[in-house]
Amino acid sequence: MNAEMPVPKPLLTARNLTKNFVVGKTIRPGSGRVLHAVDAIDLDVYPTETLGLVGESGSGKSTLGRCLTRLYDITAGDLTFDGQDIAKADAAALKPVRRKMQMIFQDPSASLNPRRRIRDMLSEVLHVHRIREGAAVEERLQELMELVGLRREYLDRYPHEFSGGQRQRIGIARALAVEPKLIVADEPVSALDVSVQAQVVNLFDELRERLNLTYVFIAHDLAVVRHVSTRVAVMYLGSIAETGETDALYAKPHHPYTRALLSAIPQPHNRGKRERILLAGEIPSPLSPPPGCKFSTRCPYAKDICREQRPQLAAIETGRKVACHFPLD
Amino acid sequence: MVQQDKPILLDVAGLSVSFASDRGLVQAVRDVSFRVHEGEILSIVGESGSGKSVTLLSLLGLHDRKATRVEGSVSFRGKPILDLPASQMRAIRGREIGLISQDPMTALTPVYTIGWQIAEQIRAHENISARAAHRRAIELLGEVGLSNPGEAVDRYPHQLSGGMRQRAVIAMALSCNPVLLVADEPTTALDVTVQAQVIDLLLRLRKDFGSAIILITHDMGVVAEVAEQVAVMYAGRIVERGRTEEIFSAPLHPYTWGLMASIPPLTGPRLTKLRSIPGMPPTPETVPDGCGFAPRCAFARPICAERPPLQKVGGQAALCVIDDAERPALRRAALPQEELA
Repeated sequence: MNAEMPVPKPLLTARNLTKNFVVGKTIRPGSGRVLHAVDAIDLDVYPTETLGLVGESGSGKSTLGRCLTRLYDITAGDLTFDGQDIAKADAAALKPVRRKMQMIFQDPSASLNPRRRIRDMLSEVLHVHRIREGAAVEERLQELMELVGLRREYLDRYPHEFSGGQRQRIGIARALAVEPKLIVADEPVSALDVSVQAQVVNLFDELRERLNLTYVFIAHDLAVVRHVSTRVAVMYLGSIAETGETDALYAKPHHPYTRALLSAIPQPHNRGKRERILLAGEIPSPLSPPPGCKFSTRCPYAKDICREQRPQLAAIETGRKVACHFPLD
Repeated sequence: MVQQDKPILLDVAGLSVSFASDRGLVQAVRDVSFRVHEGEILSIVGESGSGKSVTLLSLLGLHDRKATRVEGSVSFRGKPILDLPASQMRAIRGREIGLISQDPMTALTPVYTIGWQIAEQIRAHENISARAAHRRAIELLGEVGLSNPGEAVDRYPHQLSGGMRQRAVIAMALSCNPVLLVADEPTTALDVTVQAQVIDLLLRLRKDFGSAIILITHDMGVVAEVAEQVAVMYAGRIVERGRTEEIFSAPLHPYTWGLMASIPPLTGPRLTKLRSIPGMPPTPETVPDGCGFAPRCAFARPICAERPPLQKVGGQAALCVIDDAERPALRRAALPQEELA
């Protein structure tokens, strides 16, 4: 519109996004404890980027992914997707939104119905969203199989006839069926063997280029996330500890947790040459997060203020935000 | 090469394991041979279905004796153990050979406390009082790094976190000071920061107790970190073995090349595309008679339909037709340069 460089508009914006679960609730009023799975998170996802979401188990990354796609109702906060407020949208209002955002799950066997042929599963998606009719359905099914690198004869098979890698390809085909803009992939390659994992990672790359997709890629494997992501957000106990451009973040982590996490990964490449920061203990229970900085109980640099005051996620350089009182340089 | 001088603890020669299935006998492990010296860490690497767990379970006598046929020989401290009756095998297992399984939740029974379970194992092998065994359990929990062993000993497995549970399982495996620890994917179920703690623990225990360790894993990073000797398994065979440094600096087998190239690096320039191995691993019924990797191998040739020869380079060996003259050029083609530096 104007001559200046257009500032890219985020495809998905989350502000103060919060998801609480109540656990141990009984019939007694006032019973149950609140688990803060996702704690007031701000996040932007820009078109055609891949945002890597990393963290250990219990960090809330999967819950966040499911909130972003509104598979979960969110407790508080704002969520805008493609210019539309979807924070409180109900099932009917979400139906057209689901055409534009899809999810891929970790366990390809658990997310496919064992009693249905691939053809039936994929064409159901097309029927529900009235995407194709008549002969065009068959055409689209074959196109989808070709996209994910499977033979079209496989359409008439059942999920158990496929290997893990092929099942994940079917999961991807099902997500692509509706021609989405955004795909949230929750640990899509962690159940696969290394040699097959590389094939599926390459498929993700290829599809993004071919179809102009935007990904939120959730994984605990930092090497895989580095390979696929343009930007990374590191989560710890329901909050974002650090976020930034992939190369910059891996080269120079500013949050002590990011640095410890990166240093903990044993590597086959240049083995024995890394400096390790061994963290004591484990991630605390989200039922009773520590006051102040959530990482303060395990942080080797924690001072008094860290145990009292929660640091805000603040920009320390262009494109980089860190939630730490004493970011490392 | 210090390890070579130490006595051989476990000698596995020509081990083959077949299962009875609906379609007749299925061979899961084919002619596997390896040795473990005292105090040595051997890592067996392979993808799911490569036969690494079956190898271990059958040499420990934990296979189903009715439906499994085990051939070959296994000797432990110079004594053949494959044909030992179950009762004698039980006396060795747990006392001289400790087992750490992948999932600590299935290795522990949910209905007894951690301390009870450790004490039970001690009392199964040693003639000591329940009270003394309980005290030993507390000591052991302290040794594996639980911060409050006196309290943890009376906890039930569900009251502990994943890392603590895995430590409890390690404590149990250590309870009788075994000379050999067998760990089947001990860190796979754990987070990286906890995995780093458990790896450190295993290394420390080897130093303190001098136990040899067989570590089964699919994670090349973990192998690089802890192992001295590596055996790479594919389709039921050991396709390559050698010292860790040798395997990582100059791997011989195309499968090992593929495995290493499939792992995205954590440092250095980002690759535009990962080099993957096409296809998928065969199931035991569909393993070809010749080289098991040939159908996926970029360098396969007609002769690969026959059983590949064993090529040796120093202490390193691989089952492959590619010889010393040809290998360097092919390896350069298969592996990105910087890894070979």
